[in-house]
Amino acid sequence: MGVDGIGARVARKEDRRFLTGKGRYTDDMSVPGMKYAVFVRSPHAHATITGIDSTAAKAMPGVIDVLDGKQLLADGIGNLICGWMIHSKDGSPMKMGAWRPLADRTVRYVGDAVAIVVADSVAEARDAAEAVVVDYDLLPVVTDPVQALAEGQPQLHPEAPNNLIFDWELGDAGAVDRALGAAAHVTELKIYNNRLSPNPMEPRATLGIYDAGDDHYTCYTTSQNPHLARLVMSAFYNVAPENKLRVIAPDVGGGFGSKIYIYPEEIVCLWASKRTGVPVKWTSDRTEAFLTDAHGRDHVSTVKMAFDAGNRITALKVDTIANLGAYMSLFSSCVPTYLYATLLSGQYDIPAIHANVRTVYTNTAPVDAYRGAGRPEATYLLERTMETAARELGISPAELRRSNFIRSFPHQTPVIMNYDAGDYEASLNAAMTAADWNGFAARKAEAERRGMKRGIGMSCYIEACGLAPSAAVGSLGAGVGLWESAEVRVNMVGTIEVMTGSHSHGQGHETTFAQLVADRFGVPIDSVNIVHGDTDKVQMGMGTYGSRSGAVGMSAIVKALDKIEVKAKRIAAHLMEADENDIVFEDGSLKVAGTDKAVPWSQLALSAYTAHNLPPGMEPGLKEGAFYDPANFTFPAGCYICEVEVDPETGRTKIVQFVAADDFGNVINPMIVEGQVHGGVAQGIGQALLEGVYYDDSGQLLTASYMDYAMPRADDLPSFKVSTSNTPCPNNPLGIKGCGEAGAIGSPPALINAITDAIGNNALTMPATPEKVWAAAQAAN
Amino acid sequence: MYETNYHRASSVQEAVQMMGAAAEGKYLSGGMTIIPTMRQRLAAPSDLIDLRHIAEMKGIAVDGRSVRIGAATTHEEVATSAALAAVCPALCGLAGHIGDPAVRHMGTIGGSIANNDPAADYPAAMLGLDAVIVTDRREIMAGDFFTGLFETALEEGEIITAVRFETPAKAAYRKFPNPASRYAMTGVFVARRDNGDVRVAVTGAGSNGVFRHSGLEAALSANWSPDAVANVTVDASDLLADLHASAAYRANLVKVMTKRAVAAA
Repeated sequence: MGVDGIGARVARKEDRRFLTGKGRYTDDMSVPGMKYAVFVRSPHAHATITGIDSTAAKAMPGVIDVLDGKQLLADGIGNLICGWMIHSKDGSPMKMGAWRPLADRTVRYVGDAVAIVVADSVAEARDAAEAVVVDYDLLPVVTDPVQALAEGQPQLHPEAPNNLIFDWELGDAGAVDRALGAAAHVTELKIYNNRLSPNPMEPRATLGIYDAGDDHYTCYTTSQNPHLARLVMSAFYNVAPENKLRVIAPDVGGGFGSKIYIYPEEIVCLWASKRTGVPVKWTSDRTEAFLTDAHGRDHVSTVKMAFDAGNRITALKVDTIANLGAYMSLFSSCVPTYLYATLLSGQYDIPAIHANVRTVYTNTAPVDAYRGAGRPEATYLLERTMETAARELGISPAELRRSNFIRSFPHQTPVIMNYDAGDYEASLNAAMTAADWNGFAARKAEAERRGMKRGIGMSCYIEACGLAPSAAVGSLGAGVGLWESAEVRVNMVGTIEVMTGSHSHGQGHETTFAQLVADRFGVPIDSVNIVHGDTDKVQMGMGTYGSRSGAVGMSAIVKALDKIEVKAKRIAAHLMEADENDIVFEDGSLKVAGTDKAVPWSQLALSAYTAHNLPPGMEPGLKEGAFYDPANFTFPAGCYICEVEVDPETGRTKIVQFVAADDFGNVINPMIVEGQVHGGVAQGIGQALLEGVYYDDSGQLLTASYMDYAMPRADDLPSFKVSTSNTPCPNNPLGIKGCGEAGAIGSPPALINAITDAIGNNALTMPATPEKVWAAAQAAN
Repeated sequence: MYETNYHRASSVQEAVQMMGAAAEGKYLSGGMTIIPTMRQRLAAPSDLIDLRHIAEMKGIAVDGRSVRIGAATTHEEVATSAALAAVCPALCGLAGHIGDPAVRHMGTIGGSIANNDPAADYPAAMLGLDAVIVTDRREIMAGDFFTGLFETALEEGEIITAVRFETPAKAAYRKFPNPASRYAMTGVFVARRDNGDVRVAVTGAGSNGVFRHSGLEAALSANWSPDAVANVTVDASDLLADLHASAAYRANLVKVMTKRAVAAA
């Protein structure tokens, strides 16, 4: 019997149901008496609500009720909050404005929810929503974050004068300024990181069920972290106490960060279910998704990098303005601070770094973590700067990076992070070999003969996964700890159920986590079930984001498996009258080492539960739980090389080669890891080449459909050449670093570096649309 | 989508009767634009009268250099017609690059022309081929048919039944797709007759929809060569500017797509 254990290329167990349409998503859930909700949303980016008349709407066919923000307020439902406290450099706490789940007085972006209509059908609810009359007094609008900070601009929240949420810094400004003054060369750059829409395949949805008999609520929702949703809805939004609220996140069709947060709709549907006495389901349409799913990125930065005469980096100075939109989403404050500025050392030994970050309210959708969350912004800034510096200094971009690599570990950066392990040169060499870096000149010459401009660009990224330990993130302002939990239940005949606090929404946990258990006990992975996403089934857990499920979630499972193993060996030793130190797992049995005595795993499990013959004093059963709090972040890193051909007549960019050489630590399932890299790189290429959210001056979203928001398609992408050269993480039992976001983090600068190399003009912003590339190429001639 | 009544007409005459009986009817011929518009509640016809199953409006007939394509013929049928490919491969190529396979199996040539989306491909071909738009009431030259953005010479209730044209000596279509929608950000259909007449029809770029470019036509009439395009000035002032492309960039694309179409013809 073969075991599909750690390192095996196992096809994903969950794909049978996904690929045959048998997945069970929130919108698939139906309960007796269920009705449908449609939200009335603000068509204006900034306005005062002077009146809501729902008389006509309530009289329409099929309408159960129309509820608004005044009723929500009267029922004591609280404001949405940001759960990570950041203090400005003057010591003052961040200026959080009120975010009502249904706006009762002011709307601040197009899509802000104003009322909920509950009706027998979606069509009837939609008809009635159109009949709700909302009177608005329009207010002036600001959508640009730089403009929003200036004097005399429209003000979004009275709590935040000049729309400034916080003015935060990290690092030693004095040391940086001294190094800049003494530098042999300073590279300066202005960097834009474009605003993105997350676009998971499954739009958000929620089903709120109030049971008056038990005064109990059930919330089905599209969440990456159902326990956190329950916590926040209980502790802050006053929906119901935790023991009266069950949150279920069943199959979830992609999140990319956007389903971490608690949105108004979950809260309002639960509340509306109690008010109306019927279960209330809402499913976002794609337009609502574009309008209201938390966006990502949206930074404007200036950077100065100082070099000595030997081309060694001596300092980095960064000034960033981050647009957080109309309200502070759940983790919006930590993304442009502790997930961004702490990564500004990259793979380089930089003696002094200073970052200043100002976050700003604008009349746009809230901005929060999106695949990579802060690290793509840091990587793009740093790797564009390195490439620019290499061009200015007239040396190879690979050599400039190589000569500045960190080479000994652990390494303390000037921006909090302590890198535990890595071999950046190995990834660089692997990528350059795979990309045939040395053969580029010949390929460029050949392309030139065809009238095409060929370019090559690289990016050496580092990122940080598995935010931890809890005490550390707490000291930085986090409202929660960032550990993970697991419970392993061995059933009476030896099959195994694992309750994990992680949540899978495309990552393949049902396969990789099962591989881990199978590997440990020598059982087939089909006898292992992974249970997640239901607060009634699974103990408190922290969910999945920041590439944490492998490094943190699986480590918790390992701790629980350790306890199972100890107990199982004690039982086996007792049954076989041997010393428990001599018991080993082999071929699905517990054996006495060096003998032919063995107890099959299924027999062992049965013995644990029949309890007819257990060691004296031992409790029956075989079930153990564990909480795991990591000692440090993990630090995946790698080198990406992109090669492009630009058509100088049209500005069209064709990616002719993309190489990813990553260091993810130990790998559980190489096929799933490659899939994560493919998806991440596709999203990174999307950001660099195609995607961008745009509002007009009145705050109307111009990119509210796929007619205008360009998602990457298969024919926009090459076949990726991916490889790993792994240094195990020393800080968790499996040596895992995490792979979920690397592709999206490392790829954008590689692509822009390649295009700017091809056209001979460094002035190019993302997304590098054909027109921008064409204009930049023209300007270079 | 608001509620609507669906009718499937089996003849042109029946379709006209159905339209006459409808309060606010719309013809449906593939629905690649009207259905998404209705789903967004931006259109609310009381009745949809489907023309796609009218036998007399389907099929491609080639007689020498005369081509007649029924209005209810799908893009896929045009793209894969061997008879058409033998005399006018440019039109097959154009149809084969509209949308995606699902769109090409539903969308029809008549539906596309009647809608006259300023970024659609077929209007450029009709204008470039000097086609005749045949309706249930009359025949309209393509040059008179496309009157503005989503505007045509069609009267209330008038049905396009077919298009017909004489195949030119040379023709080709080149488009630069919008990266998001894949509609033509600029598309150019060039055609050259045996007598040396040249047509250059541009879609996706005009602020008033599809148009012919007289400067390019004159230059190519004088010298049918990609190089002839170089010295022609394309005035950007009449061109579209939007989120995706400025008028100046579209002016460049008009020249580049023309050059490439001539090279391919």
